Amino acid sequence: MIDARGYSCPTPVVMVQKAVKEGAPASLEVAVDNQCSVENVKRFAQHAGYRVEVSDFEGDFKLVLTK
Amino acid sequence: MERESFLKRYGPLILTGVLVGAAAVALTAWGNPQNMGFCIACFLRDIAGALNFQRAGFTAETGTGIVQYARPEIMGLVLGAALIALGRKEFRPKGGSSPMVRFVIAVFVMIGALVFLGCPLRMVIRIGGGDLNAVVGLVGFVLGILIGIVFLKRGFSLKRAYRQSMTEGLIFPGLMLALLVILFAAPQLLQRSVSGPGSMAAPAAAALAVALAVGAADQRSRLCMVGGIRDAVLFRDFRLISAFIAIIVTVMAGNLLVGNGLTFSFAGQPVAHSDGLWNLLGMVLVGWGSVLLGGCPLRQLILAGEGNTDSAVTVTGFIVGAAAAHNLGLASSADGIGTGPVAWAVGIGFVLFAVISVANTNQLEG
Repeated sequence: MIDARGYSCPTPVVMVQKAVKEGAPASLEVAVDNQCSVENVKRFAQHAGYRVEVSDFEGDFKLVLTK
Repeated sequence: MERESFLKRYGPLILTGVLVGAAAVALTAWGNPQNMGFCIACFLRDIAGALNFQRAGFTAETGTGIVQYARPEIMGLVLGAALIALGRKEFRPKGGSSPMVRFVIAVFVMIGALVFLGCPLRMVIRIGGGDLNAVVGLVGFVLGILIGIVFLKRGFSLKRAYRQSMTEGLIFPGLMLALLVILFAAPQLLQRSVSGPGSMAAPAAAALAVALAVGAADQRSRLCMVGGIRDAVLFRDFRLISAFIAIIVTVMAGNLLVGNGLTFSFAGQPVAHSDGLWNLLGMVLVGWGSVLLGGCPLRQLILAGEGNTDSAVTVTGFIVGAAAAHNLGLASSADGIGTGPVAWAVGIGFVLFAVISVANTNQLEG
């Protein structure tokens, strides 16, 4: 899982972008701690062809990306 | 794969851009300095003046400087963002992401902004008013952002922020509220220019009302002047830049509508100088520094309103930078660049940003 909690935008998206570029994984989990990052990571992932599910994660957010 | 509709994707940002543009035109029509309806750098500088941290242009006859006024626009933006964040449970105090690095970056971003004479928001408002010097500034701003992006791509980060207490997060909005109360209840405690840009102001209540609305809209839409160009280059995401364009178009239309006129020129533009090199270099510093900070000065105010104490430290750095810029003769005026060591200050800013950028690359730990 990519733990991007505590990082402000655009860093969480940069982290996801790097993971997608390097391995093109079929699924990926990302933790973020603010609504802005949720929206930005979600938008980037959808653009890259992933389905995105957002859930609560220790009071923060978890995004599950699947192809 | 689901796709957002155009309206959902761009609607909130374009609407916020129109709101910001309209607010700038209205505030100017109601008394704010021309092409400065809503300038974060200028207004933070005026607040530094109101607190007597600087009194540029002081004369014995007037007993004040020319850029001293506790602009309620700033307090309104922070409090508007804070109220809506609290209401929507998005007020999440956090901080601890290299606060002192952010502080010094902010000082030099402000110096760059005052060499150019405006933050990225005023740059856009100046473009909308026909000021071609601001187009030169835009070129510098884009260059600065591109430099910042090089480091973002290499894993630049100022490290993680951590959750903070509610008290910690509420202190900055609380200070803004206190300043607002003093402005309305005991204005004699604050300095207030009687001549120059600091003396030109829309009625405080109107300015506050407009700023509360803009602060709330910015919090919802995440509008950011540096984010627009950054995301367009980095992710081919054009949402934020749509607000940027919406502000320019609205200000142009607004200026024509209220009869301010629209003259495209380098010379004779309000509160601007036409020294191209320094307009450019000042904004390179602003663009680069803002990418390192993760957002433009406006965005830092909104984040501080959401309880982000790193952004609160950043805004404090802006105020200190503004005071330093005026006290050391680094700030420009309509007559040209400052009489102090401008080249040294901007040069030191570049060296500092380079060191910070290099020292903080490859810092991402997933």
